[in-house]
Amino acid sequence: MTRLFTKDHEWIDADGTVGITDYAQSQLGDITFVDVPEAGKALKKGDCAVVVDSVKAAADVYAPADGTVTEANAALADAPELVNSDPEKAGWLFRMTLADGAPAGLMDAAAYKAYISEL
Amino acid sequence: MNAPNPSGWRPSMGASAPAAETTSSGDHGLALEEPLIFELAGPTGTGVDFDAADEAPAPELMAFLRKSLPALPGLSEPDVVRHYTRLSRQNYAIDLGPFPLGSCTMKHNPRLNERVARMPGFADIHPLQPKHTVQGALGVINELAFWLVDLTGMAGVAMTPKAGAHGELCGLLHIRKALEARGDTRDVVLVPESAHGTNPATAAFAGFRVESIPATAEGRVDLAALTARLGPDVAAVMITNPNTCGLFERDMKIISERVHNIGGFVYCDGANFNAIVGKVRPGDLGIDAMHINLHKTFSTPHGGGGPGSGPVVLSKALCAHRLVPYTERHADGHFTLVEEEDDVDAFGRLAAFHGQMGMFTRALAYILSHGADGLAQVAEDAVLNANYVLRALEDVLEAPFAASGPCCHEALFTDNGLPDGFSTIDIAKGLIDEGFHPMTIYFPLVVHGAMLIEPTETESRAGLDRFIASLRAVTLRARAGDETLKSAPVYAPRRRLDETLAARKPRLVWREEG
Amino acid sequence: MRYLPLTSADRTAMLAAVGAPHINALFADVPDGALLDGPIKGLPSHASEMAVERHMKALASRNMVAGEVPFFLGAGAYRHHIPASVDHLIQRGEFLTAYTPYQPEIAQGTLQALFEFQTQVARLLGTDIANASMYDGSTACWEAVAMAGRVTRRGKAVLSSGLHPHYAATAQTMARFAGFALAYQAPTLTAQPDDAALITAIDGETACVVVQYPDILGRIPDLAALAEAAHARGALLVAVVTEPVALGLIEAPGVLGADIVVGEGQSLGVGLQFGGPYLGLFGCKEKFVRQMPGRLCGETVDADGKRGFVLTLSTREQHIRREKATSNICTNAGLCALAFSIHMSLLGGEGLGRLARICHARARATASRLAQIPGVRVLNSAYAAEFTVLLPRDARPVVRAMADAGVLGGVALGRLYPHAGELHQGLLVTASECTTDYDIESLAAALRAALKGEKA
Repeated sequence: MTRLFTKDHEWIDADGTVGITDYAQSQLGDITFVDVPEAGKALKKGDCAVVVDSVKAAADVYAPADGTVTEANAALADAPELVNSDPEKAGWLFRMTLADGAPAGLMDAAAYKAYISEL
Repeated sequence: MNAPNPSGWRPSMGASAPAAETTSSGDHGLALEEPLIFELAGPTGTGVDFDAADEAPAPELMAFLRKSLPALPGLSEPDVVRHYTRLSRQNYAIDLGPFPLGSCTMKHNPRLNERVARMPGFADIHPLQPKHTVQGALGVINELAFWLVDLTGMAGVAMTPKAGAHGELCGLLHIRKALEARGDTRDVVLVPESAHGTNPATAAFAGFRVESIPATAEGRVDLAALTARLGPDVAAVMITNPNTCGLFERDMKIISERVHNIGGFVYCDGANFNAIVGKVRPGDLGIDAMHINLHKTFSTPHGGGGPGSGPVVLSKALCAHRLVPYTERHADGHFTLVEEEDDVDAFGRLAAFHGQMGMFTRALAYILSHGADGLAQVAEDAVLNANYVLRALEDVLEAPFAASGPCCHEALFTDNGLPDGFSTIDIAKGLIDEGFHPMTIYFPLVVHGAMLIEPTETESRAGLDRFIASLRAVTLRARAGDETLKSAPVYAPRRRLDETLAARKPRLVWREEG
Repeated sequence: MRYLPLTSADRTAMLAAVGAPHINALFADVPDGALLDGPIKGLPSHASEMAVERHMKALASRNMVAGEVPFFLGAGAYRHHIPASVDHLIQRGEFLTAYTPYQPEIAQGTLQALFEFQTQVARLLGTDIANASMYDGSTACWEAVAMAGRVTRRGKAVLSSGLHPHYAATAQTMARFAGFALAYQAPTLTAQPDDAALITAIDGETACVVVQYPDILGRIPDLAALAEAAHARGALLVAVVTEPVALGLIEAPGVLGADIVVGEGQSLGVGLQFGGPYLGLFGCKEKFVRQMPGRLCGETVDADGKRGFVLTLSTREQHIRREKATSNICTNAGLCALAFSIHMSLLGGEGLGRLARICHARARATASRLAQIPGVRVLNSAYAAEFTVLLPRDARPVVRAMADAGVLGGVALGRLYPHAGELHQGLLVTASECTTDYDIESLAAALRAALKGEKA
C-alpha cells in the first residue's frame, strides 16, 4: 500500500503513520500547537483524532481509518512548526494500527493532486 | 481536517524598517515608550501612606501567616500617574476617532453617565445592605427593567447577566427550564453559520447539541433549510437580528411561527439592537428571549474589554421561570429585591449579588437622555450612516449583499477581487496608518475576508467622509499592488506583532530574567 | 439631541446620496406592522443633562451611603480606601473608551496594562499564570470547576461548606444544566472550618474540591492539607479568595498547593457599587494553560524587534473554537482590572502587607469590643479582617434595627442562608483601614440597643 489521501487532506501510510498534507498546512498558516492523541486511544474512521491550532484557527484532523493509536509525534510538543516545514515526513502526527488492512475509499497521490487542483 | 482555517487569515509580519533617527531616550517627540512597572521599580516599596501603627497579628493567626510579602512593586503617586498616562497614549479610543467595528456598536460614551455612576448613593453602597436602605438602587434596576421591556415589547427581563455571552446563557437556561417543566428532553439548537462564536459556545455549555443552518446568497438565514430541519428534537433556534452581515432577517416572524409550531423557542442575539431600537420591537417578531448588550446599544464604556452587562428580555412563556434576584415594585412605591428566600420556585442564580449596577445607572441615564424619540433617532442615524458608507465604497470594495437592498446599521465588504497576495488584513493595517481603528475583520465567516463597518449614530457626516476617503485610499493602494501596504502599520506605536511566537512560546507573566 | 451629530441638512443630503426617498425606505425589510410609525407611546421624550441628573440624584439620595455611616459589611464585597489617582486614570478616554485589544498595534496601552495585571494577580494568588479577568469571583469559581472537569476528565466536584452561598448557588445552577455533580451543604457554626469532613468527601471521581479562603464565616482552612488530600486522589484543589487584601497577611493559595486559584478582585480599586461590575481573578499552574478560560495577554516582538503584547492562545476561546471552547466568555472586566492594577501598583507588596495588618488589627479591636456585650460571642478562633459573632437571637431584625439607628452593622447569616435556621443567630462583621474608633463604639452601642429591643 502506498500513501493514501483523504478528501479532508489527511494522509496515511501502510505502517499506519498519519499526517496532514502540504496543502492543508499552507491553508492553516503558522501552526502553534498540536493536540496529539494518547497511545491506546481507539479511533473510528472520521473521528477527530488531532486538533491542530494555528494563530486564529483550530482544525480537527480526522482518523482516515478504524484503529488504535500506538504513538504520537513527541517532537511536536516543542516544535509544532514541523508540521509547516515538513508536513509529509518529519511533521507526522501519530501512528495507528489499521484494524482492517488498507483503508478503503481513499485517493492515491495522483488522484489527490488532481483533487486539490480543483479546489 | 474540517475546513482548515475558515477565515483565511494567515500571519504576515511585513518588512522591518526601524526608525531613521535614534534618540537617547528611545522616545520620539510625544511618541513615548514605557517600561513595565516591574522594570520601573524593584519588588518592594509602597506609594500609599498609612496612619495606623503597624501591629503584630493575633497569635492564633501565626500558623497561617505569609513567609514573605508578594513580590510586587509599589510606586509613588507621581510615578504611577506617569506610567499609566504614558500607557494610555498608546491606545486608540472612541474619544479619539471613529471606531467602526461591526457588531460592537462603538458609540460615544456620554460623560453624564460617568458622573451619575459615581454619585456616592450608587457607587458607595453594599449589595447586602438592608433592602430598606437601598430603595433608590432597587428603583434604578426596576426603572431600567421597565424601559428594556417596553423597548422590546416583551413580558419580563432578567437583569443579572454580566455580559452578552452571559445573557445568552441566561436565555438558553430559561429555555431548558421551560422544556424541563413540560417533561420535554429535546436538545438540539440550530445556529446560523454566520453567528457570533458565543452562540454555539453558549448552547454547548447550556447542554445542547448544536447544528448549523446555512445562509442564502442574499446573506440571510435559509428559511427552506431551516424549515426542513425543524422537528420534535429542536429545542431552539438562535438568530441574530439584524444579522451579522448587517441585514434584517425578513423572515423573522415566519421563523418564529414555524419554530413555535414544532414546540421550540426562539432566542434572539440582540447585539445589533442599535439598528432597530425604538423603531421595531423584537417581541412583535415572535422571539422568546433576547439579550441586550448595555455596552453596545446603551453606550456603557467598553473599557478596553469590559465590563459589560447583558440583561435578557423574556416572553411570557419564559417569564414563568425565574432566576434570582430580581426587583419588584409595590403599589406604595416601595421596592423589594427577591432573593432565594422569597422565591422558592426560582431555578437558580447566575452570579453573586444583583447584576452590573454600575452599568445600570449609566444605561438608565443614557436612556432617559434620549427618550423614546431620541432612541428611534439613534436607530435611524445609525442605519443612515452605515448605508452612506456602503454606497460610498461599493465601487472599490466588493459588497456581497449590496445589490439586494439597503443594509441595517453595518456595511459588509469582502476582499474578493483584490490582487494576489493582498487581503483584508493589509487594508486593515493600512487604515491604522491613516489614523483609524480598523473595522471588524474576518467576521462573519460566511464571506471571504469580511470587513464589517459599523459607524454608529455618533459619527458626524464630516467624520464619515474622512473615514471613507481613507478607506478608499488604502483600498486603491491594495488594488494597485502597493507592496509597502504589507508592512503597514508604520506609524503606530508598534508594527505588526508576531502572534505566532506569542502562541508557540506563551509568556503570560513577567519573569525576573526578562 | 446632544449626542447625535447629524443635522437635518446632513440627513437630507445623505438620504439623497444613498438613493432613499425617506428614512423608512432603509427599513424596508422589516415585516409589515412591525415597523413602528412613531416613538413608542407611553415612554418619555428626550431630556436635558440637568433633568436626567436631577432624576438620578433623587434616586441616589434614597440610599444609605456606606462611607457616611459606621460600616461593617463584607461577605464577598469589601470597602477600602481607593487612592484618588485610580479613578482619574481609569477615566482617561484612551482607557475608558478603548475596545478589546484585537488590533494590538494601537492597543499597547491596554495590552501592557493587562500583562502587568496578569503578573500581579499570579504573584498575589501564588500561581504560575493568571488570565486577563473574568466577570467576577462567583463565575470564575464555576469556570474553575468546569476547567477541573476538563483537566481530570471527571464529572464531580465537592464545594466546601465555607464557600460563599451565592458562589455555591451559581455553581449549582450551572452544574445542573451542564450535567456536573456537585456536593455542597451550608456551614456549621464551629470555630474552625471542618477540613476533615471535606477531605473524606473527596474520592476517585472528584474533579476538584473548592475551598474559600478565608471562608464565608471568616475562618481559615488548612489549604496545604486539603491540597495533599485532593492530589492523593487525583483531584485538583480550587481555592477561592473573596478578599484579596487578606493575602497581604496569610499565605497565597498557590504556594500552599492549590492548582487553580480564583477570586474577587473588587476590594482593590473597584469599589462597592451595589454588587457590580466586579472583577474575577483566575490563576493556575502553567501546565493547565491551554485549558484556561478567558482572555490571555502574552509578550512578543513586532516586525522591528521591539517588545510588544498581544492577546494570545485565542484558539481556546469562543470566537474560534465555538462549541468546543473552554468558555463562552467574550467581554471580561477590563476597566476593573485596570483599576485593580493601578491600586496594586500604588500599594505594592509592602503596602498590601501593611494594609492587611491594619485591617486585621481593626477587626480585632472590633471583635474584642463586641465580645463585651452581654449575649454576644465571637465564633472564630482565627480570622483576617472578617469574623462571625453569635447573637442571642436572629440577626436579621437586629441588622435592620441597627440600620434604623444609622449603623450598617454587618451581614446577617439569615440573609445569606434563609433556609438554615441554625445559622440565623450569626452576624458577619468586617473591619478595614476605614474603620475608626468612633465606628466601633457606634456599632457596639447600636448592637447593644438592638439586642435590648430599644429600637423597633
